[in-house]
Amino acid sequence: MNVVQKVINWSRLKSPWVLHFNTGACNACDIEIIAALTPRYDLERFGVLLKATPRHADILLCSGPVTRQIEDRLVRIYEQMAEPKFVVAVGTCSCSGGVFNGCYNIKGGINAVIPVSAYIPGCPASPKAIMDGVVKLLQSLEQKEGK
Amino acid sequence: MHNPSEEFKIPIGPQHPALKEPESFSVALRGEKILGVDIRLGYNHRGIEKACEERTYIQDMYLIERVCGICSHSHSTCFIQAVEEIAGLAVPRRALYIRTLVAELERIHSHLLWLGVAGHEIGFDTLLMYTWRDREIVMDILAELTGNRVNYGINTIGGVRRDISSIQIQETLKAMDLLEERTKYYIELGLEETTIIKRLSGVGVLSYEDSLHFDAVGPTARASGVKRDVRKDDPYASYGEISFDVITDTGADVYARTIVRLKELMESYKIVRQCLKNLPDGPITVRAPRKIPAGEALSRYEAPRGEDVHYVKSNGTDKPERVKVRAPTLANVQAVKHMLKDRFLADMPIVIAAIDPCFSCTDRLVSLKDDDKKADVMTWQALHDYSIKWHSQRGVDFGKLNKKLQERLSK
Ligand code: SF4
Repeated sequence: MNVVQKVINWSRLKSPWVLHFNTGACNACDIEIIAALTPRYDLERFGVLLKATPRHADILLCSGPVTRQIEDRLVRIYEQMAEPKFVVAVGTCSCSGGVFNGCYNIKGGINAVIPVSAYIPGCPASPKAIMDGVVKLLQSLEQKEGK
Repeated sequence: MHNPSEEFKIPIGPQHPALKEPESFSVALRGEKILGVDIRLGYNHRGIEKACEERTYIQDMYLIERVCGICSHSHSTCFIQAVEEIAGLAVPRRALYIRTLVAELERIHSHLLWLGVAGHEIGFDTLLMYTWRDREIVMDILAELTGNRVNYGINTIGGVRRDISSIQIQETLKAMDLLEERTKYYIELGLEETTIIKRLSGVGVLSYEDSLHFDAVGPTARASGVKRDVRKDDPYASYGEISFDVITDTGADVYARTIVRLKELMESYKIVRQCLKNLPDGPITVRAPRKIPAGEALSRYEAPRGEDVHYVKSNGTDKPERVKVRAPTLANVQAVKHMLKDRFLADMPIVIAAIDPCFSCTDRLVSLKDDDKKADVMTWQALHDYSIKWHSQRGVDFGKLNKKLQERLSK
C-alpha cells in the first residue's frame, strides 16, 4: 500500500459520513438515530456527520422495512452513493421486516433490496446500540484495510 | 435560461435534507413564490390496518404502537380504549392514572423534539442540540417507568403492564423540576429572541375560519384560536379528574404554534405532578377475555399532534374485523397546502414542520380501479405502467430510467 492509499484509508475511517434514509419506518428508529447524533451520545466524536445527499455519504443508515413505493428510490439512492459504500440496517424491521412481516405493502428487510454490511437490531435500536454498530463496522473495516 | 415569469415545478422528496420522512411534494413556483403544492404520500404505507385483521388483539396492540414511534402511546391507548369499550371492561383507576402519566411524558418528549426540529429548520441548530439534550431527561424517565425509550408497550387490554414504585415517583418529580426550569428558559428565548420572532411571525398563517374549514387539530388549531382539546372536550383516562388549561393563541402563524407548544409543556408538567400526587391505590389490571364480543367502538385521544381517532369493529373472535386509524397529521396536512400558497419557497420547511407532521401515521393507500380490464383492483405492474404513462404525458420519461434500473438490478 502506498502512502497516498494509506492517507485515504485513514481519512475514510476517521470521517464516515452518513446519510439517513427512512424506508418506511415507524419514526422511532429515526429519532433514535438523531438522538445518537445529539449531545448525550454524540456520534460526531467518531467523525460521523449527517449528510444531506447520497453523493457525500459513505454509510447509508436505513431504518424501517422496505415498502413497495420506496423500493426503487432506495436502489436509486444506493446507486448514487460513491464507492466504497456501506449500508447499515437500523432496527429490527429493517433487519428482517420485524413486526411488519406479512403486511401487503412490505418487501421485507433492507437486505431484500440492497446488500447490507451491518445489522443493528432493537425496536427501536437504542442510540447506544446504534453507536456500537457504527463503531463495530468501522473496526471491521480497519482490520480489513490493515491486511 | 428560465424565464422567471413562467411557472416552474420542483420536486421535493422523498429523500430531501429538509424532510425527516419519505414524502414528496411537488411545488409550483413563480420566481420564489409558491403557486401551489401537490403532496404525494404513500412512501411509508405499510398496511397496518389490514395487518391488524390478521393478528390477535394483543398482537395488534404492539403493532398499532408502531404506527408512529413518536406518539406510540397515543395510538396504543386509543386502540385499547376502543377494545375495552366493546368488551365492557372497567379499567382500574390506578391504571388510568399511569396511562395519563405516560401520555403526558410522551407529550413532553414530543414537544421538545419538535422544538429542536423547528430550530433546525430555521437554521438554529444550537436549539436542536439544547432541546435534544434536555429531552434525554424525559427519555430516561420513560425508559425507567416502561422499560423502553420509545414504543413503551406499557398498555395491555384492561390496564397497564407495569406499576410505579415510590422511588420512581421521586425520580420523576425531580426530572419535572429540571425540565420546567429548562422550559422556562426556552419560553423566555421564544418571547425575547428577535431572530426567532422575526423568522416565525407571519409565516404559515392559518386563520381561525380556515382552521375550522380545514378541520385542523391539536396545537395547529389551538394556535389559530380554536379551543379544541379532546382531553377537555371528551375526557378519557383520568383527565376528567385533573385540572389543566387548554392553551390557545390568536397569532395563527408558526410563531403562535411554537408558543402554544412551549406553554403546553408547562401544562404537561402540571398534569404529571398531579398524576403522581393523586395516584390511587389498587390493582393495575383487570382480567380481559381473549375473545372480544361483537360490537364496534370509536375512540378519541389527544395525541401531541392533535386528535387521534381509532375505530374498531369486532366479531366475537380474538381478531378484530376492522381497525381504522385517523392520525392527526392527516387532518392537518390539508391546511399545509393552504398555508404555503403565495408564500416563499424558503418558508416551506418550517411551515411543514410547524404542524409537526408524522407521515408514518398518515400514509394511505389509494385503491385504483383498472378501467381496461374491469378488474376490481389494479395489479402492481398495471399501476406501475399507469404511473409511467401518466408522467410521460406530462413530459417526464421514466421509461428509459426504469430500463436502466432494471438492467442494473438484473446484473
Ligand atoms: S424497528 Fe421498531 S421502532 Fe424501529 S422503525 Fe421498525 S417498528 Fe419502528
